[in-house]
Formats: sequence, C-alpha cells, structure tokens
Amino acid sequence: MTAPHVLQARNVIAGYAFDLPILHGVSVHVDAGEVVSIIGPNGSGKSTLVKAVAGLVRVSAGNVRLDGRDITGVAAHRLAAEGVGYVPQTGNVFATLTVRENLMIGGAPLAKAAALERIEEICDIYPILKERMHDRAGSLSGGQRQILAVARALLTRPRLMLLDEPTASLSPKAASELFSAVRGLARDGAAVLMVEQNAKAALRVSDRGLVLAEGRNRIEGPAADLLSDEGIGEIFLGFRRDAAKTEGAG
Amino acid sequence: MILQHVADGILSGAVVALGAIGLSFTMKMLRFANFSHSELLTWGAYSALVFVAFFSSFGGFLDRTIGPFSFGASLLLAMPCACIATSMVALLLHRFVFERLSRMAGHMTMVFASFGVALTLRHLVVLIWGSDPIYYSRELQFAILLPGNVRVMPDQVFLLGLTVVVVIALHLFMSRSRAGISMRGVAENPDLARASGVNVDRIVTWVWVIGASGAAIGGVLYGMTVQLRPELGFSLILPLFAAAILGGTGSLYGAVLGGLIVGLSENLSVMVIPTTYKPAVPFLLILAILYFRPEGIFGERSR
Repeated sequence: MTAPHVLQARNVIAGYAFDLPILHGVSVHVDAGEVVSIIGPNGSGKSTLVKAVAGLVRVSAGNVRLDGRDITGVAAHRLAAEGVGYVPQTGNVFATLTVRENLMIGGAPLAKAAALERIEEICDIYPILKERMHDRAGSLSGGQRQILAVARALLTRPRLMLLDEPTASLSPKAASELFSAVRGLARDGAAVLMVEQNAKAALRVSDRGLVLAEGRNRIEGPAADLLSDEGIGEIFLGFRRDAAKTEGAG
Repeated sequence: MILQHVADGILSGAVVALGAIGLSFTMKMLRFANFSHSELLTWGAYSALVFVAFFSSFGGFLDRTIGPFSFGASLLLAMPCACIATSMVALLLHRFVFERLSRMAGHMTMVFASFGVALTLRHLVVLIWGSDPIYYSRELQFAILLPGNVRVMPDQVFLLGLTVVVVIALHLFMSRSRAGISMRGVAENPDLARASGVNVDRIVTWVWVIGASGAAIGGVLYGMTVQLRPELGFSLILPLFAAAILGGTGSLYGAVLGGLIVGLSENLSVMVIPTTYKPAVPFLLILAILYFRPEGIFGERSR
C-alpha cells in the first residue's frame, strides 16, 4: 500500500463570499520532500488555494487531506499545531512585535520550554535572527522579514509548508537565497506548496508545477517540462513577452 | 489653583484610563466601536455594591474602615468579585450578541447593536438597583494637604495607586506572557496569528475579560470617589472614546496616556472656559486627533 500524499486537495471550491467562489474544483497533491509551484495569471486563485489549505478561507465543496486525514474546515490554529506552516504574501510578520515575540507566536502550539528550545535551534539556522532578536520586526529589511516569516512557520516543524509569493519585493540575491532555503526545506523532508509570480524562477527550484487559470486546473506536470514548453509559457506565463521585453531593454 | 486642577485631572484621568484600556483593545481586536463598554463600568460599580454588602454582613474587620479611607476590607474583596461578575456580563454579550453579529453582519450593525446593548444594560441597572444615587460608604474623610496647597482625599490616593498597579500588571502581562504577546499579535494581524497557531477565540475571550475587569475597577473607583448612579458609565462615554482614539486603539500605553490627557484637559479647561462646557472637551480632543493624527499617539499608521 502506498503512503498517502502529505497534502491532497480534491475538487476544492472556495472563496471569500459563500456565493462567489474563486476556486472552481481545484485539485493538487504534494509529497514529502517535494516542491510544487502554483503559477498562473493574476486573479487565477493561487493565493486563495493556499489560504484554503491553511484553513483561512472557507472550503464550500471538495476536501483537503493532510497525510490522508480529512482536514477540510479545520481551524487554522489547529492546522498549525498539526504541521501546516503558512507564510502569507503580505503582512507576513508582526511588524510591531520584536523578532523574539514573532517567534514566540510561531511557537504558540508548543509548550513554552519546547518553544524556547526550538527558537534556539532556528536561530542557529538563521543567525541574523539572533542578532536582531530584540528589534522590532518592522525595522528588518525585506529579506530579513521573509527569513523571519519562514522561521516563524518552521517553529512547529511543519510537514507541509505553504509559501505565498515568498520572493515578492525581494532583491534578486535575497530571492535566490530564499529559493535555496525552500529547497533546503524539501531536503529535510517537508512538502512545500509555493505560489509564485516569478514563474520561471519558481519552476527551476520545483519538482512539479500546477498552472491555474480562472480558478481551475489548467496544466500540471514536472517543472522541467513546463519550463521547456513554449506554448504553456506564452499562454499562461508570459514567458515570450518577458523575453521580448528583456531583448527590447537590451 | 492650577496644581489643584492638575491633581484633579490626573485622578479623573486614571479612571478614564482604566475604562479606555478595554475599549481600546476591543476597538482594535474586534474591529468595532463598542458603545456599551462604558456600561460595564456601571455594572462593575453596582455589582461591587452587592459583594460589599455580602462581605460586610460577616461583621468584624470586614465591616470596619481602613485607616484614613472611607472603605473597609469588604470593598477590597468586592473588587475582584466585581471583575469576575462584569467579565461574565461581557462574555455573555460577546457570546450572544457581538460574536453572532460579527459572523452575519457588518461592523456598522455591531456599532448600532452596541447602542442597544448599552441602553439595555443601563435600564437593567435601574430595574435592579433603582435610579437614586447610592454610596459605598457615608464615612467622612479629611483631605490630605499636599505641597502647593493641593488637597486630595485618601480614597483618591488609593485610586491613583491602584491604577498604577493595574497598569504595571497589564504591562507585564502584555510584554512577558505568551497570552499577552499573542494578544498584541492578534491586534495587528488576526489571520497571521491564526495561521501561526494562536487560538484567536481564546485571545478574544481574554480581551473581554481584561476590558471588563478594567472597566469594573474603574467603575468601583469612580463610584467610591463620587457616587453610584445608573448614568455613571454613560457620563464617561465621550472621555473613554477620546482616550482610546487619542492614545491609538489597541495600545495599553496609549489608553493610559489618552486617559490622562483627557482628564487633565477637562480639568484645566475650566480655568479658561465656563464649567458648563467641560464635557465638550473630550469631543474637541477626538476631532483634533482625528484631524491631525487619526491613528492616535501610539497607533500604527495603516498603509
């Protein structure tokens, strides 16, 4: 018998208003040690999908399973305790709180002693957080904020990591470092579901990709195949337009 | 003369601060202006009256006044009981009115509902305790003469001391405890707090309990230095809102500073304007802060 996927979402219909769904039957699965990128044009429902998985958007039909267990409709704070880490696109740190307080909140599902121990471990991985421990998160640079956001989500050792545009507003160097960190998460055994506007860069570090458009699955497959398929790139990802712009600029 | 007004301003500001802390938290975390919050001060003050009668009935030291104060140990014991009773009233309101409305209606509906709740709470007080003024104690007190020819009653010194203790305790709770840190996180970004594993419903319960307890203590202290009337809370509604908005919603320090500014402004204003216009001062402060710094002194500017 094969092990269940870490995440399996089937025919998910979800949205912010009950009678106005954004997702119209989206399905996706992610296995342990795998990075899956969700890409697609603006308004295609990418962020809504990860929010639905994280328990922040109501799923009106379909189901979401974590390690085979149905978690549809389970409250977000319970999902965090059960191993779902989520880094939102915007407002991903508590800007008025210190770095330490941000991490303490990330450790909310853990006992206090365990949370403090875990914060020490996380600071060994990301030494910059130790240096800025008592500074307000709002004073960090964009890259440092993303590191803090990821570190906070890692506090509970999540089996599933949901990243919503983690490289948005980052410098190319910081974005590259973050993508390396994403691969590192997968190497450590986590299943990573990532939404990215920068489709090319995301697919380069992903095992598989899912193209969403108008709240529906359009194309799914190995990341390398999506990257090399010019038709997909032109229709859904604007690869050719990007290339033309680059040439024009040059 | 001016020093006396300053002293009076600090004392009345302390009561406003205690009430404004809860109002400020609910405005920030529950995202609506709760006009019934001031009635929790009335309920705190009147429920303490019941407990004072209960503890005094045991006689002995419970029924005697302490030193220069007008009250005895019965009032000190009644205060935490009043906090519990007022918290229960607040949690019932949350459970049966505001939580339900927040799921099915907009914020404006909740604001209007809070007007209705305020009226209901006030008239329940009239129904239970009557509309005549009541006193915790009719013991005579002698004013203490401070440098600068400032006179304060011993009860007012107690009021100020207790306010300082409550604010320090709340500061430690908000900055050191996990619940307090989570509360600040929820105030800033409830969805991120949820996704980080914070049980927001539990934090909201804490907000109501802290807000109601602050209101109860404020109500008891106000009733102790003046008298108990069913309009006790209603008469503080503008100063409470002025303090919460002035300090910045969701900020403990903002509510305390806002309360002190409102108290001082009200009391100092009588030196330049007729006393009749004193209640208009908080209203002017609200207008001024909304015009020049809508997020308040300690508030974060929304982007």
